[in-house]
Amino acid sequence: MTPEVFTFRLYIAGDAPNSLEAIANLKALCETHLPDRHEIEIVDVYLDPKRALTEAIFMTPTLVSLSPYPGRRIVGTLSNTEPILQILGLGPAQRRTVAGVKDRHAASQLRRP
Amino acid sequence: MEAVQSTVVPLPNKVPTGIAGLDEISGGGLPRGRTTLLVGGSGSGKTILALQFLVNGAQDRNEAGIFVAFEETPARIVLNAETFGWDLAALQQQDKLYFMDAQPMPDLIQSGTFDLSGMLAALGEKVAELKVGRIVFDALDIVLSLLPDATSQRREIYRLHAWLLEHELTGIITVKADSDESGTISQPFGFMQFMVDCAIILNHTVVLGVSQRNLRVQKYRGSSFDENESPFLIGKGGFEVAVTRTLGRGDAEVTSERVSSGVQRLDTMLGGGYYRGASVLITGFPGTAKTTLSGAFAEAACQRGERTMFVSFDSDSNEVIRNLASVDIQLNRFVEDGSLHMVSARTITGSAETYLVRIKTLAKEHRARCLIVDPISTLSKSGNELTAHSVAERLIDWSKAAGITLVCTSLLDEMSSQSEGGSPLQISTLADTWIHLNYLVQAGERNRGMSIIKSRGTAHSNQVRELILSDAGITVTDTYTAGGEVLMGTMRWEKESAERQANELAAVAAKLRSVKLEAEEAELEARVKSLQVELAAKQTEKAVLARSAEIHESELSLGRDRMRELRGTDDVPAASSVRR
Repeated sequence: MTPEVFTFRLYIAGDAPNSLEAIANLKALCETHLPDRHEIEIVDVYLDPKRALTEAIFMTPTLVSLSPYPGRRIVGTLSNTEPILQILGLGPAQRRTVAGVKDRHAASQLRRP
Repeated sequence: MEAVQSTVVPLPNKVPTGIAGLDEISGGGLPRGRTTLLVGGSGSGKTILALQFLVNGAQDRNEAGIFVAFEETPARIVLNAETFGWDLAALQQQDKLYFMDAQPMPDLIQSGTFDLSGMLAALGEKVAELKVGRIVFDALDIVLSLLPDATSQRREIYRLHAWLLEHELTGIITVKADSDESGTISQPFGFMQFMVDCAIILNHTVVLGVSQRNLRVQKYRGSSFDENESPFLIGKGGFEVAVTRTLGRGDAEVTSERVSSGVQRLDTMLGGGYYRGASVLITGFPGTAKTTLSGAFAEAACQRGERTMFVSFDSDSNEVIRNLASVDIQLNRFVEDGSLHMVSARTITGSAETYLVRIKTLAKEHRARCLIVDPISTLSKSGNELTAHSVAERLIDWSKAAGITLVCTSLLDEMSSQSEGGSPLQISTLADTWIHLNYLVQAGERNRGMSIIKSRGTAHSNQVRELILSDAGITVTDTYTAGGEVLMGTMRWEKESAERQANELAAVAAKLRSVKLEAEEAELEARVKSLQVELAAKQTEKAVLARSAEIHESELSLGRDRMRELRGTDDVPAASSVRR
């Protein structure tokens, strides 16, 4: 079976610290869990505010999953990988690799509105 | 933008909200290019006020606005706004109004901190595109509560504030908060008040089951403002803030034109009638003909062809019409031709503010020149004691400014002192003319007494008159004053009748006396005549007597001579000596 390719779009706001952090975190996550099967598009809302408007991006950074789970959104610096892996079907139960353990202590920061 | 500012806006540093009352309180509107914080509990009217600010800007000042909704979907807001008659769909089509749905998605996953740069970038795009002047962030607390700590919340608020300043937008940020008794906001975003240039607090309390809404400007940098709580109402046309007359407003136009009270004698007593635009207060106990007197005024007004509104809190309009017809006040024809608008206000429930706004709206709709409120004391009922006075004051104030002649009745409590004490609302000091109706109980009868307690600018009668209601209408008669007591009704009639009889008797007696005197005079005249005749007789008699003596004398001398002749004597001288 050919491995699924995960496509992401990450909306950032210029070189704001939390945006740079999000880029780094996303890249690290993909390298760890999805080596060679991920695509990342980065959209800077300052450079392309129209897209922020039409795609309703109000908080930055925002990660949008385009495939295989389209429409799922994660807001924040992506410092806590647990919920991200959860919605990407890469959670502990489904996990094919053992990475991400170091982030477990951060699970308490999880907030759901 | 610049052109709009210079031509339409009266104050360069203020943006009129177009909300009745709020512009007066804030001295012209919200600070231009600055942020206003709008704080209030849930259901206190924040969203409506903010939306109305945008709608008025778009409709009246041609300023486009953006509404950022964090709590409700724009579709719902548009739907809710329809009840106020705002055509938001049309404004959206004309690019005068833009809704941004910024609700955090319910399934939003959060990982780490975030900020609002995306929203501001998106908004910046729209602001430039639509040339936006006004912006509202509704329920900012929703998105702020997603932030992990106070520091990040504060950071985002500053970001927003800086962005508003940078874009020179006049902004309203609404935040939910529960206010405690003193009106101090107890919420984690308290520091926002220090940041913004203007803070408005909306309060919603329930007093004895009646909802009372209040608005207070807490701060306004660089501007004077009315610091007191002002009652407001969310009515048919949106927000309406009640303001008492402020110093800035000019005096109402004053005329010396008189309008008839509907009772001829009362007009005479008042020196021609009520003044046009005056406020007339009729006080009295139940059943003293307050409604009848105000009905007479309504009829007279309609007969002059003036549009009139009759607000009855006590009875149904049809009952009022029927009852007044029994004293020959025929209002039905005026209701039919549309000049008279009868409002039965028993159907309106709520606070005194609600009544006031309803009355004002209806009177405006009817273009009324004369207004009757019967009785105004209803306003002070249940839960409204605190506000009723101010409401009554503003009703008088408003009617004066609008040039409407206002007649209101006020019920006095039967149990209260029989003296002509103040009405429960203490508006007697505000009214221009105060007519008091009273019962006088004498000889087993109650009769209605009417007196004019005051009438500004008018010489008026000081006397208590009797008010008589009959199927021919209302008449006012003089009372009978005897021995320091005022007599009315049957006693007055008896007294008058007795007086009439006494007068008749006196007249007859005088006639009799005059006849008698005439007779005496005639008698005396007759006597004078007879005496004159008698006098003449006596005189004649006297003359005759003298004459006869003379004759006698001459006869005697003749006789002597003759005798001498006969005797032939010659001693003539001797004869004379003998005679002696």
